[in-house]
Amino acid sequence: MAVLEVRELTKSFGGIRAVDGVSFDVQEGEILGLIGPNGSGKSTLFNCILGQLPPSTGEVRLDGRAITGKRACDLNKLGVGRTFQLLQVFPQLTVRENLVLAGQEHAGGMWSRLFGPRDAGLGAAAERMIDFFRLRKLAEERAGALSYGQQKLLDVAMAFMAGPRLVLLDEPAGGVNLTMLGDLRERLRAINAESRATFVVIEHNMEFVMSLCTRILVLAEGRIIAEGTPEAIRNDPAVIDAYLGH
Amino acid sequence: MRALVLSIALIAAPFALKPYGIYLLSLWAVMTIAAIGLNLTLGYAGQISLAQASFVGIGAYTAALLTTNGWPLATAFVLAALLSFAIGWALGYPALRVAHHYLAFVTLSFGTLVFLVLRNEEWLTKGVYGISGIPRPVILGWSTKAPMHFYFFCLAVLAMVSFAAWWLIQSPWGRAFTALRENPTRALSLGVDTRRYTLMAFALGSALGGVAGVLYAPLVQFIEPTAFALGLSFNLLLMVIVGGAGRFYGPFLGAAVSVLLPEWLRFSEGLYLMAYAIFVMLLLAFCPSGLLGLGEKLWPSSKSAS
Repeated sequence: MAVLEVRELTKSFGGIRAVDGVSFDVQEGEILGLIGPNGSGKSTLFNCILGQLPPSTGEVRLDGRAITGKRACDLNKLGVGRTFQLLQVFPQLTVRENLVLAGQEHAGGMWSRLFGPRDAGLGAAAERMIDFFRLRKLAEERAGALSYGQQKLLDVAMAFMAGPRLVLLDEPAGGVNLTMLGDLRERLRAINAESRATFVVIEHNMEFVMSLCTRILVLAEGRIIAEGTPEAIRNDPAVIDAYLGH
Repeated sequence: MRALVLSIALIAAPFALKPYGIYLLSLWAVMTIAAIGLNLTLGYAGQISLAQASFVGIGAYTAALLTTNGWPLATAFVLAALLSFAIGWALGYPALRVAHHYLAFVTLSFGTLVFLVLRNEEWLTKGVYGISGIPRPVILGWSTKAPMHFYFFCLAVLAMVSFAAWWLIQSPWGRAFTALRENPTRALSLGVDTRRYTLMAFALGSALGGVAGVLYAPLVQFIEPTAFALGLSFNLLLMVIVGGAGRFYGPFLGAAVSVLLPEWLRFSEGLYLMAYAIFVMLLLAFCPSGLLGLGEKLWPSSKSAS
């Protein structure tokens, strides 16, 4: 069953159509790759799906229900998580606090968050996440003091704190070194296998995306120009022409 | 530990002071409450407000009007807190659309508006003549008329406000406020309802401004509009920033610098204000995180305690 359905989504900025009539489905448990040259509309597409930008036309459905125009925080509560292309951790909070924050708004109401437990009952979940992403030594450090790669791992870990069903990852491998990259891929696969969480991944690192994803969409100038298995995409002349190069 | 030492010092202090010194210490307690409120809005949630004096004014006039008409001060506390909360909530709406200096101007205009209402609506506020003869409360038969007694009353309210603020900052709300300040877009994507928290930050900060005002009126016993003009808003902003915005003890220290230092430096007469101005400029140029931030730089081990 399709978790996410995007129908004829268009986003214009003035005269520029950043996303131009894009339609696709994402099946439950799938890891879908989204590739394409810079400026092809990948991040704009994410922002439209996630309620951070209102689409000009088109529709987005989650489990068959229209979610177009819903606020990002409400979508998150429906089980949609994301990471951003540029680092988005909270530098003044510790690693543990970042993780607790990432899950705290999902349980209870405003009052229970004021008068309930300090860690919103997420202490154990944060500990598990810290171990799972191998951040144990850094748990008490302020996130701003971590290296870029470590912050990137934390960023990804935060997206999973609330146990989302669908996660949109915007360049998770960007700027991450090779060792950590293998680690990240392994973590993502493990979560996908364990929780049947569905991923959509924007990535420029072809080796990473080809080895992680089960299906790939190629975007160029706001339109989908190809779709298929990693193998098919690698050999698609249109894709080679527009993006991969000869 | 830090809180304990501070409490003992504050309880012992008036026994060594003359009435004027006790008055200043009471004023410090009142201003600290208003600054704690602004620290929630500005320091933790990152929403600039140049209208905190207006809420002190709303609280002070509520107290003055009620108590000079025979109502108990307790009524004024409840009413002023609710009124400031509601008005602060409404003032938060512009913050959902604009930020930084634009928001500063919106709140600045609001501050002017409140000042004009206090000055011009004579039927209610007696305008520039002000309201005099504001009584100090009798609490369960204990009169707070004497400076020392009223000081202890202020201190008790400060203790309660401090505890409430500490509780809030340690709770998930405090984390959400910090997230709002540091990266609202990311916060939103993690399910943080930034709209609600922004309004709440304004409302709670303003409510504490109102509470400070309710204490201010019986402290000075005579109020008039200019006390709550922009000058006080800037002063409160300075207290928060000089002390250390977004740090629990920042307002305590900032209010001490702003209320007590001028008195101690009186011997220098006109030079004081210049010295103070230069001090603030240097502090903010070299340590934007305020006095507490400076302390952390000099003594890194003190970091966890603040």
